[in-house]
Amino acid sequence: MRIDIAAATMRIEGATILDRVDLVLTPGEIVGLIGPNGAGKSTLLKAIAGLSSLSEGTIRYDGARAREIGAARLARRLAYLAQDGEVSWPLRVDHVVGLGRLPHRTPFAGESEEDRGAIERAMALAEVAQFRARTVQSLSGGERMRVLLARALAVESEILLADEPVAAVDPLHQLRVMDLLRQVAASGKCVVVVLHDLALAARFCNRLVVLAEGRKLLDGPPEALTDAIIARAYGVSTLRGEHLGQAFILPWAPLGPGQR
Amino acid sequence: MTAASVCPIARAEATNHGRLVAGLCLIVACAFVGSLFVGYAGLDVPQAIADALRGAQTLPAIVLVELRVPRALLGCFVGFSLGLAGAAMQGFLRNPLAEPGVVGVSGAAALGAVIAFYSGLSTLVPLALPFGAIAGAIFAALLLFALVGRGAGTMTVILAGVAINSFAAALTSLALNLSPNGFSALEIVYWLMGSLVDRSLPQVWLATPFMLAGWILLLTAAPALDALSLGEPTARSLGFDMTRVRVRLVVGAALAVGASVAVSGAIGFIGLVAPHVLRPFVGHKPGRLLFVSGLGGAALLLLADIAARLLPIRPELKLGVITAMVGAPFLFQLVYRLRREA
Repeated sequence: MRIDIAAATMRIEGATILDRVDLVLTPGEIVGLIGPNGAGKSTLLKAIAGLSSLSEGTIRYDGARAREIGAARLARRLAYLAQDGEVSWPLRVDHVVGLGRLPHRTPFAGESEEDRGAIERAMALAEVAQFRARTVQSLSGGERMRVLLARALAVESEILLADEPVAAVDPLHQLRVMDLLRQVAASGKCVVVVLHDLALAARFCNRLVVLAEGRKLLDGPPEALTDAIIARAYGVSTLRGEHLGQAFILPWAPLGPGQR
Repeated sequence: MTAASVCPIARAEATNHGRLVAGLCLIVACAFVGSLFVGYAGLDVPQAIADALRGAQTLPAIVLVELRVPRALLGCFVGFSLGLAGAAMQGFLRNPLAEPGVVGVSGAAALGAVIAFYSGLSTLVPLALPFGAIAGAIFAALLLFALVGRGAGTMTVILAGVAINSFAAALTSLALNLSPNGFSALEIVYWLMGSLVDRSLPQVWLATPFMLAGWILLLTAAPALDALSLGEPTARSLGFDMTRVRVRLVVGAALAVGASVAVSGAIGFIGLVAPHVLRPFVGHKPGRLLFVSGLGGAALLLLADIAARLLPIRPELKLGVITAMVGAPFLFQLVYRLRREA
């Protein structure tokens, strides 16, 4: 599925959260949505997921608007991984992953063979099958995030939207989650991931979209993320280096008002 | 692992769930039959059934059909309604303390019924009583959902419940205060305590359609409640329209609880105890909990009503008093556990 976002604008109580953002999302790519706090990243992601309506502008999914497609059909084509990672009850891991099949199931019909297959594939991909019989509450933060990612993967949608999936997890799990997202994109899906870690974003994404104060500062390959753009978006200087032939970026020091 | 090799797990789960439902149905059936056998006057139940089936107007047949059967039916239906409504509200608010009695829906339904009583409307129009109770319940459910929002903390839910309960209690007291004679005030007070004594078949027919409609609305919300355990944005991304789900639950809970209160008075804690006991048996899935909580509620209420008649205390203990005696310690324990978890 191709998603065309045109002049996406969102105003809440007079404040402009998103300001005329244009974006095209195509299958097979992993797009990193980066920018400082309050830049509008989560707002844009929610709008793409069809969870909030724009004040102005349009989002088209293969040319059709969300309303024309219908919530139920859109839910089969697009998976959304929320930032908060909420699981209210002590549910078993396989049950949580199974919730990703709700858009495909006929009410009260139970899980089909196809559903069970999708759940197993998602658990295997996210490497959580070994926890299947444990409750989500008994897992560590990193394991829990992988379970929730498996839940989103179980939808087997064409688009995966993940809001800060590595914000609260340790480096090992950050690398595993990002690697998994890259694999998902390589399998022909479109992955959009909101990130705060510039190093991870530059290393794992095919394309970076930088937002600052609701505006799009950059839409391009990781190499296009210059020091000047980082300074403008975040107000920090950058340290760059190379390891095993791969470039990396680290935010280094805050910049004074005149240096941005 | 292939899909085929996990089938046994899914099948075993389905079998276990089937066994749980069958076991609960058996308990409800036994409690129902037990309820027919228990009463002040000795009753030859098989004889009464035979007479009733023959259409003979003997005393045993009349006692069975006019007193015992309506009481057992209402115990079953009211218990099912309260257990189901409790489980549904807990699933929606994602809080194990949400219960029609605790959060004030029952209290407000009772107020609605008292107003129908007090205004004399219920003597003119028999449907005024359930309508009054349902209106009260809808009002309280709307107020509750507006006050706490979704996924609210335990404290907010309890505080909203305290506020709604106090408000309903104050207005009920006002009605009692203004009551023209002491006898009618006493009648209202007794009725408020909750009881299934001397209920008749017309009352069963009056309340059942509303309860049924409520059950259907609540039971069909199961997939949405499952999705909601991952939070509202995720549930919406799974294709559920939360506004519709909210309306369905408010109206469903109000119909089930309102109709129950209209025929039995305010009976608390069934909606707290039944889901709480049964939740581990359904893997904490909020959707699966609905039907079994209804069955659990029916069993609990029938058993409490049998206990009311068997206990050597006269005048007979009111049903609401018994369920509160059993349920309140449950609430204490739940609050204590939630505090520890917090």
